[in-house]
Amino acid sequence: MSQLVDRRLSGKNRSAVNRQRFLRRFKAQIRKAAAEVVSGRKVADLERGEKISIPSKDLSEPSFHHGPGGRRNIVLPGNREFVTGDKVDRPDGGSGGQGEGGSPDGEGMDDFVFELSREEFMDYFFQDLALPDLVKKQLAAVPEVKKARAGFVSQGNPSSLHVVRSMKQAIGRRMAMAAGPRDALREAEEALEALVARGLGASPEAEALREEIEALKSRIAAVPFIDTWDLRYANRVDQPTPSSQAVMFCLLDVSGSMDQDRKNIAKRFFMLLHLFLTKSYERIDVVFIRHHTVAKEVEEEEFFSSRESGGTVASSALELMRDIILERYPSANWNIYAAQASDGDNWEDDSPRCRDLLVQSILPLTQYFAYVEIEAKEPQSLWHEYERVKAASPRFAMQRILTLEDIYPVFRELFRKKVA
Amino acid sequence: MAVEMEGAASPAAKRQPLSEGSEWTFELLDRYDHEIARVAAHYGLDTDPNQIEVITSEQMIDAYSSVGMPVGYHHWSYGKQFLSTHKSYKRGQMGLAYEIVINSNPCIAYLMEENTMTMQALVIAHAAYGHNSFFKGNYLFRTWTDAEGILDYLVFARNFIAECEQRHGEEAVEELLDSCHALMNLGVDRYKRPAKLSMAKEQARQAEREAYLQSQVNDLWRTLPTKQGAGRQQRAPRFPAEPQENLLYFIEKNAPRLEPWQREIVRIVRKIAQYFYPQRQTQVMNEGWATFWHYTLINHLYEEGKLTDGFMMEFLKSHTNVIYQPPFHSRFYSGINPYALGFAMFQDMRRICEHPTEEDRRWFPELAGSDWVKSLDFAMRNFKDESFVAQYLSPKLIRDLKLFAMVDDDREDKLEVTAIHDDAGYRRVRQLLAEHYNLGNREPNIQVYEVDVFGDRSLTLRHYMHDRRPLGESTPEMLRHVARLWGYAVRIESVDEGGAIQPDVAEG
Repeated sequence: MSQLVDRRLSGKNRSAVNRQRFLRRFKAQIRKAAAEVVSGRKVADLERGEKISIPSKDLSEPSFHHGPGGRRNIVLPGNREFVTGDKVDRPDGGSGGQGEGGSPDGEGMDDFVFELSREEFMDYFFQDLALPDLVKKQLAAVPEVKKARAGFVSQGNPSSLHVVRSMKQAIGRRMAMAAGPRDALREAEEALEALVARGLGASPEAEALREEIEALKSRIAAVPFIDTWDLRYANRVDQPTPSSQAVMFCLLDVSGSMDQDRKNIAKRFFMLLHLFLTKSYERIDVVFIRHHTVAKEVEEEEFFSSRESGGTVASSALELMRDIILERYPSANWNIYAAQASDGDNWEDDSPRCRDLLVQSILPLTQYFAYVEIEAKEPQSLWHEYERVKAASPRFAMQRILTLEDIYPVFRELFRKKVA
Repeated sequence: MAVEMEGAASPAAKRQPLSEGSEWTFELLDRYDHEIARVAAHYGLDTDPNQIEVITSEQMIDAYSSVGMPVGYHHWSYGKQFLSTHKSYKRGQMGLAYEIVINSNPCIAYLMEENTMTMQALVIAHAAYGHNSFFKGNYLFRTWTDAEGILDYLVFARNFIAECEQRHGEEAVEELLDSCHALMNLGVDRYKRPAKLSMAKEQARQAEREAYLQSQVNDLWRTLPTKQGAGRQQRAPRFPAEPQENLLYFIEKNAPRLEPWQREIVRIVRKIAQYFYPQRQTQVMNEGWATFWHYTLINHLYEEGKLTDGFMMEFLKSHTNVIYQPPFHSRFYSGINPYALGFAMFQDMRRICEHPTEEDRRWFPELAGSDWVKSLDFAMRNFKDESFVAQYLSPKLIRDLKLFAMVDDDREDKLEVTAIHDDAGYRRVRQLLAEHYNLGNREPNIQVYEVDVFGDRSLTLRHYMHDRRPLGESTPEMLRHVARLWGYAVRIESVDEGGAIQPDVAEG
């Protein structure tokens, strides 16, 4: 005789620990793969899990086995045309007619592919950027919520017990439970009175009625004053705190000197800024402006991929940004953030104009303007002009970035302001 | 394949099916199990008590990744298994297997919640009666595994390893387990019978063993400092006196630098390897037996009118999927399907018993015309894959499967077909297929040959070559694993069948 056991509710995720062990063990490989994935993603598209693929030879579990060579006998099914003594060419891949077909979805058999969850993926993203733990926590946190009342429920913890509601419930239950016996009691009492009125107060019928009355009274008395299912608790639900909208301007120099590596650093920078903003604002628009000698608003794909030749006029981008703000993002309704990335090359005569634009028309409208100079050899005219801007306005931050780790200090500025 | 539908003609009025729809309930599972048990008893299947557990697909993936062990210690390789199973399941590339069944007492079989009633019945017949009776009856399982003690032992192992992780750090334990897992296939006794396992005894003996082992090891190495070179002249007897096949056992008992807890972990891995060893030797028989019985039991119930036609259609569909054998040139071919071969062989044996041909009488004089239930039971109890194929693979089956043999010799330019399904070839095909299931041929034969006790303490392994086949490219890495356990240098030499030592000596 067999025993049937329902185990469906017990012990899910028994492999969670083993999964963590796996991720820890292959940290280096996963990190590399995650970095590649980041380069392929959109700026605003950071917070989701990802398929990660690492070479399976890195994580093989070895055992002693035979190598090719020697003499091997093979037995195979499905003979079609062979007779004893036939000689056949050795098929590619060696082993007697076997040969793995490629996988249908084009992933190589040589890769081990698996999914990282959103948290895990973010973790790897942060690792590269050398963020302090506190910041990581703030970034990875879910949006803030506020508790709001939402009626009453029959289960809850004692501290949220609602006395008035519970009592109301108890009254109703007592009335309902006692209604039947009470009717019977009234009838019995009336019958007894009638008997007494007829002078039959000592008859057996009257005795029986008196007993019944006693029984009914004790039944009514036995209805509990308050019971566990009378209890009502105040219900509270999480409501996201109301937050406003923001627009983020990404300004990128695409002149000939900005190569792919520099653009990748710039991209990380934009991604991180976007991530910061998503923690504070519910709705974020992203505007991509690229420029060389002229500026242009573009879609994201074009933003990172295109590369132009020729010189740089940074003010063109700032002008375009100003125009877009005036046209589409009135600063009364929008929190405006901007990040500008460049390698520092600019036309000598243009830099003072950039400064004027910033100080006079852009900074008064924006919350924050961050400028990063990527892998520049020497600070150039733009940098010197911007240093003057920085002295004049607390809303302006600038930083030279050589490697990915340098990105964070820019954000520390921004972050300090938020915390305060 | 002989399809048994003789009973299918029974009038519909007689049918009183157990259920109509495809939904299952616990009451229905119970009724089906009852009926299947009744029929199984009718055929004389001897089983341990069953514990049938209903689980979700997620839990099934969990069970998968711990190689079906209900309790397992933590290791990244299980995590890797989990991730890859999870991914292919999510993408729908693979349906999860019908079932996982654990050789324990009671015998635990998992049913997936998502399955239809038909599938549940199939799994019950397959796992709870097919595999279960095989575990209980086959001589390898009877001698080498102890269904009573395994669950307790696994609990002991997990707790012990968790404790070691706390005391010595996860990394240290992980490294050790990596090396032990690499040597798992060389951690079995092929001929010696292991002692019974039980939780209480294990715990009591573990402390004792720790102290004792360490003293033994110290003893072996103690003579060292006093002799200093003097021992070199008079060549001491070789240690070990005989080559040892069980590498993990040898390391557990003799490795000079392992700490007691490390020896215990080596022992745990070795015990688990030993527990799974019979399964690796009886894959064809075990799956064939279980498949044969789910087919026979379900058909019997159908003939009794207890199952609907719809049930049978679904049943036959999954049954034929399981026993499909793609031909060698198909892109789905990945070796001989053990379900297909095993099922076909048992089915063929039943045919030989019931309706023998003249050819069968010549090849299987004892089998032809005998009581099939008894003959199959005998085969199940007393064979493993290698001997089972050598004994029972019939010419008819070789013809049906169109089996042929080839030889791939690196001294020749071309492959040669050495035998096909004809009179001249039957015996040779059969013999070669049987050899294919000999684990001794499939895996390299590596033994502990010598320890340089008075010198640098290095360990020498010997690979006894079979058909001149060399070791694979993983050998240097493997030697590093052995060296990690042994603590000193490890080298390996290959010895060909003539006894000459090959020049390719690797060191780790």
